[in-house]
Amino acid sequence: MKKVFRSSKVLLPEQAEPQSTAIVTDGDRIVSVGEDQGPDTGEIVDFGDQILAPGIIDLAVFAIDKPAFHFGGITRAALMPDQSPVLDLPAMVKHSATEGKPDLWLHPIAAGTKSLEGKELAEIALMKEAGARAVATGRKWISDSGIMLKLLKYCASLDMPVIVHSEDQGLAGDAVATDGETATRLGLASAPASAEALSIARDIALLRECGARLHFRQVTTANGLELIRAAKKEGLPVTCGITPAHLFLSDIAVSDFRTFARLSPPLRAEEDRQACLEAVADGTIDVISSGHDPRGPEDKRLPFAESSPGMAGAETLLALSLSLVRDERISLNRLFELLSTNPGRILGVSAGSIAEGQDADFISVDVDAAWQVDNRKMAAAAGNTPFDKLPVQGRVRAMYKGGSAL
Amino acid sequence: MTSKQQSSPHQFPDGSDAFPHRHLLGIAGLQPWEILFLLQEAGQWVDLNRKSSKHASRLEGLTVINAFFENSTRTLLSFEIAGKRMGADVVNMHAAHSSVKKGETLIDTAVTLNAMRADAIVIRHASSGAVSLIADKVDCPVLNAGDGSHEHPTQALLDALTIQRRKGDISGLTVTICGDIMHSRVARSNIYCLTTLGARVRVCAPPALLPAALDQMNVETFTDFNAALDGTDVVMMLRLQNERMSGDFIPSPREYHHLYGLTRDRLALAGEDALVMHPGPMNRGVEISSDVADDADRSAITEQVEMGVAVRMACLDVLTRRSRKVEGWS
Repeated sequence: MKKVFRSSKVLLPEQAEPQSTAIVTDGDRIVSVGEDQGPDTGEIVDFGDQILAPGIIDLAVFAIDKPAFHFGGITRAALMPDQSPVLDLPAMVKHSATEGKPDLWLHPIAAGTKSLEGKELAEIALMKEAGARAVATGRKWISDSGIMLKLLKYCASLDMPVIVHSEDQGLAGDAVATDGETATRLGLASAPASAEALSIARDIALLRECGARLHFRQVTTANGLELIRAAKKEGLPVTCGITPAHLFLSDIAVSDFRTFARLSPPLRAEEDRQACLEAVADGTIDVISSGHDPRGPEDKRLPFAESSPGMAGAETLLALSLSLVRDERISLNRLFELLSTNPGRILGVSAGSIAEGQDADFISVDVDAAWQVDNRKMAAAAGNTPFDKLPVQGRVRAMYKGGSAL
Repeated sequence: MTSKQQSSPHQFPDGSDAFPHRHLLGIAGLQPWEILFLLQEAGQWVDLNRKSSKHASRLEGLTVINAFFENSTRTLLSFEIAGKRMGADVVNMHAAHSSVKKGETLIDTAVTLNAMRADAIVIRHASSGAVSLIADKVDCPVLNAGDGSHEHPTQALLDALTIQRRKGDISGLTVTICGDIMHSRVARSNIYCLTTLGARVRVCAPPALLPAALDQMNVETFTDFNAALDGTDVVMMLRLQNERMSGDFIPSPREYHHLYGLTRDRLALAGEDALVMHPGPMNRGVEISSDVADDADRSAITEQVEMGVAVRMACLDVLTRRSRKVEGWS
């Protein structure tokens, strides 16, 4: 059955400004975009002058948390293999691939090595068949370069993108913070920020040996971003991402031992944060994701070093990212490339932009709606946000997954 | 605070304004006059402790719990003696014998201690920030007796009292702290305390034991001990933990002693009457040689222990003044 969605502000690919247009869907697909809808159209949904954008594809999250995803306008989420048990078997991948359907699509990411231990390759081909869209090292670094090269080669042959975590374990050790005044004052074990660049440099060197597609899930330092920039210039198939935490917070946020700001990788110095903002603007960063990892008091109300890393980020992803647009660092269209189009492309799914043939996943956004982040009133499974009490702007007003309203 | 009080740190505001904090979690953030007030209060207890009858009744009827989640002999004993000399009922809780071993969370333990209606809780824990986490959950004053690599405020206070009694005004003195700065809560609390009181602080350690960004904490950093000693008024040696003596931080104890051990020859590089300090327990022949440690004219090491009891008595007294409804402390 056909439906027509109209708005005077539709975010279309390759367009600098939102366009006034109509989207025609048939079933769960977009069949045409444009004013000329042809005869025999069905139901018409008019969003007036509210922004109509592609549904957010979150690359990646650590938990399945539908209320939080729906609050945040996330129609698809890639699930990291760091689960209990680890996503390293086809059956587990298959199970999580169907978990959220039909109103939320989960794209499981297969563990590259068994139990994410970085020693033996996992059954990547079988997991691909079971629905895995990518392979990841988890929140860990594969310290054995020989294994890493084998993993990259194997994934290249299977055309599976590899998502890596970039912290050299020798330097990072048991660090819970980045070297700097805050860590020193608090007496927290810390590692130099160069742990990131070191690990990125190795993976880029290995990439030159083979042809895998490599996605650096979070690049958070000036030196790391410089390496990505150079690798892209060289023509290597690399992409990278970041979360709003590293864009809007520096290591000062862990003062007073705030465990909600304990992240992996840890928050960085202010100069690095500025470098990240620049890298979003100049196109070095391809993806903004939530890293959604809701953690209750049993994981967070502990001494800092004993608490688990991670933050509940799904609800605040859009509102925080919109401040990049308000600060005129990027355009609204570019923002949705970061939130939807690029993650969709990396995962190889037919979603992430409003175009013919794509899945009819879109959201209408009131970019001016003001609200306050409050860790006691979150839709997420836990309220561990480092942005508690922050006033933000931007709310999702309607959400369509496969052409159906949620 | 009036401007008069701020310009002259030796004058104390009245009543609770002299120390307006509920807990003593660290030295960071304390005003100079707050530190000096505690030191002045400690002075009277030094005198009492030297008498044959060492009993005061200020804390009579109060319960003080020493909750030590990390092993300690000296600090625990010092707090226990301090509490008892003030007349309090002192109870010691060792983590080794407690339900912490059974998997109870720190918060639950804190709530349990709180329910027992202690009037003050003294806490030591191996994790930085653990003591302030507990302090948020209890109704009585909390004294930090050392949390991870973060702070050990009573150690810094007793060190300051020792220096003050030997050298007079701390302001303007040069103090060199040498040893495992990276992992030392004693170093951090002393850096905060001494810089707040106007001393010039130098820190010296092998590069692997120096934390980052020390220059932003108002201290001068050295890796050459001889250079750090030049003209210093106080040399504060830190204990090198056994597990860090061989391998990744330093190659061997004897190489450490060669570069960073305080020997008589080295001490000659410091100021003529430079004071030698050590928080104990010492590794003789590693960070300090015996002839220096035992030189009564130069070494204040046993005096530090003595001042420790007095400082802890003062802290227990001051922090419980509100609950005891001492006049002016509301």
